[in-house]
Amino acid sequence: MAIDLIPGATCAVPIGDHTHVLLAHGGGGRLTNQLIDGLFLPAFGNPSSHAHHDGAHLHMGGARLAFSTDSYVVRPMFFPGGDIGTLAINGTVNDLAMCGARPQFLSVGFVIEEGLPMESLRRIVSSMQAAARAAAVTIVTGDTKVVDRGKGDGVYVNTAGVGLIEYDGVIAPASVRPGDVILLSGDIGRHGMAVMAAREGLQFESDIESDCAPVSAPVLALLEAGVDVHCLRDLTRGGLASAVVEIAQASGLHIRLEEDALPVREDVRGACEILGFDPIYVANEGRFIAFVPEADARRAFEILRAHAVSVGVVRVGVVSERPEGLVTLRSRIGATRVVDMLSGEQLPRIC
Amino acid sequence: MLRSGRVDFAGVVKHVNLSYVPEAMVGDFVLVHVGFAISTVDEAEAAQVFRYLEQMGELAELDEREPS
Amino acid sequence: MKFIDEYRDPAAAAGFARALRRITTRPWTLMEVCGGQTHAIVKFGVDELLPPEVELVHGPGCPVCVTPLELIEKALEIASMPGVTFCSFGDMLRVPGRTTDLLTVKARGGDVRIVYSPLDAVTLARENPDREVVFFAVGFETTAPANAMAVFQAAQLGLKNFSLLVSHVLVPPAMEAILSSPKSRVQGFLAAGHVCSVMGFTEYEPLAARYRVPIVVTGFEPLDILQGVYMCVKQLEEGRAEVENQYARAVRRDGNVPAQLLMREVFRIAPRKWRGVGEIPESGLALAGPYASFDAEVRFGIAGHTADEPTECCSGQIMQGLMKPHECPAFGTRCTPEHPLGATMVSSEGACAAYYRYRRLTVPPQEQKVVSHGN
Repeated sequence: MAIDLIPGATCAVPIGDHTHVLLAHGGGGRLTNQLIDGLFLPAFGNPSSHAHHDGAHLHMGGARLAFSTDSYVVRPMFFPGGDIGTLAINGTVNDLAMCGARPQFLSVGFVIEEGLPMESLRRIVSSMQAAARAAAVTIVTGDTKVVDRGKGDGVYVNTAGVGLIEYDGVIAPASVRPGDVILLSGDIGRHGMAVMAAREGLQFESDIESDCAPVSAPVLALLEAGVDVHCLRDLTRGGLASAVVEIAQASGLHIRLEEDALPVREDVRGACEILGFDPIYVANEGRFIAFVPEADARRAFEILRAHAVSVGVVRVGVVSERPEGLVTLRSRIGATRVVDMLSGEQLPRIC
Repeated sequence: MLRSGRVDFAGVVKHVNLSYVPEAMVGDFVLVHVGFAISTVDEAEAAQVFRYLEQMGELAELDEREPS
Repeated sequence: MKFIDEYRDPAAAAGFARALRRITTRPWTLMEVCGGQTHAIVKFGVDELLPPEVELVHGPGCPVCVTPLELIEKALEIASMPGVTFCSFGDMLRVPGRTTDLLTVKARGGDVRIVYSPLDAVTLARENPDREVVFFAVGFETTAPANAMAVFQAAQLGLKNFSLLVSHVLVPPAMEAILSSPKSRVQGFLAAGHVCSVMGFTEYEPLAARYRVPIVVTGFEPLDILQGVYMCVKQLEEGRAEVENQYARAVRRDGNVPAQLLMREVFRIAPRKWRGVGEIPESGLALAGPYASFDAEVRFGIAGHTADEPTECCSGQIMQGLMKPHECPAFGTRCTPEHPLGATMVSSEGACAAYYRYRRLTVPPQEQKVVSHGN
């Protein structure tokens, strides 16, 4: 096909290198990874840092530690099923669990905007206390700063946590093997749509609640039972899709998902239909995927089913060699498509 | 011109402008676009996709039953 | 979900696929003119179920993609002005103008907001009398009734701080432009179901007759599209050229009369430039006389501004169905959703974006490698 493409002269100038940080850089998708790979890692990188892992694996005085941090900026602060406080505790607890560690000690940092009602702060702290108790972790240190009115957004919370790694194997994309089965701990899309429903301007009534919860118990149960866990990932921003795409790219293997197997609640589907969202990209806060060899799949399934937070476990896919680094999804009607990472936030689609 | 109503999307409820579907009654299904109902869904017609398929399906089965 | 799940039934889809294989004896090229249909086809892989002789090409069915550069530049100019609250549907935010896009304007402090409905913008105007609220009215006939209602309500409320930046386009003139082009390979059309639920399908009857092409009004779920293709191919095989309605559950021949009445009150037909295609006479909507004061171009004094589209771009070829996205040399390499060269890669309903997101399996391996490094 003879096309005269004059290099550079096209419909529009590409927006490639960004001179300013965009919201999308925090979306958990491709732009976030570009920021990490392009800016943070070159500056901060060291032998033990794993770029796309949930936490760092460290050796300290003979002990194997996992160390993780997360910041919470969710708006609105209070949403059905939780608040910024519950997110902050469970988020770090879950990151540590994904490293195969037993979460133990957390730090908490608050950046509070002047004028935040004390009652709101009290509610958040009370949620954090309850979440920490439920996750069997202790908050041992913290910090508080207050910024001028208009310079914050109510409150931003950071948590960091440590735990001892109780597992001898290496839980990482590099350990994933062709033939591995992917187990998903429960239905997807609840957190993102619960937050959406609470946002002003979108105004829809729903009973959808965030799935925010600690997942350390089922994960530790798997490890204690001697299941050969190759990889774990908790699903947060960017949804199921971003997590599997990251693992496929990092491992260089192919992951095939079955659309029919993906569990989505009816009301979550309804909310997604209204906004034109795809549930596989919607945020979760109490869900994870586990990669285990076929031989261990049945046992892992039973163990996860015995825990409340993962009682809805389903088998959603399988790993193979090719096409390398890609994730494909077999649609309901039997055709196959590629699953890509989003660049940033899903924008409500209209047409 | 300001007729609006609550529309249920599989358990999620949204306020939708119903000005363009004056004939819509509670219990009817509507097609919603950017916060407006632009058409009611005719349940009888909705089944025709499957009736069509059935008609073709009979023929297809006949073909399949041909000596192979 | 009722009226959605049934139309995604795998057995029924296979049934239609089988039936299509039986009746197809020759190659046929069909075009669909709706971003929503492009999206559904590529996402569900409907085209994988078609017999090899039936080729589906994608037309200029994505209103985001066809919005001319000139209008994007105007939007960017207005959105950057102090005191302006610029409202838009989500997709328009990433469409690149010459040097920037609305998302970047937002990052630099512009008050750019995503709204779900044009009425939300009217509410914003009412609640913020000190702001100039502008709504970017982009879309086909499907969205025009909503935009008409927004302007109508603003007029009733006597709002002085609300205006519309209009980029409405009409489907039948675009179909005619494609059919009348000597390069056209299109032998049959799937007409956009939601456009027709508003407008009806009487406008297509003269087109079918004049150009001897079957036109089937088609819905959006996989079964709808398969049935639409079946009905179209059946006509072609039988030498007919009629307008048929596959989407009868939501489309009546005369369409939605109350919606058309308000559209005719608020808008008038005007010439429009289609990005990548050029100007098509009587192919768009502009605000009618009594509502002209709500025209943002007039209010901000930028009606006369123009911007030339740079030299011929692949997007145009793709939107006319003359090329498939992966046949463009820049596809997946220099042109990706992060670095879009044209609107068809930016909009989630653009053919290029749809192919990129869902279809990289069919792209030659060397292009795939570059793509996986996200650059």
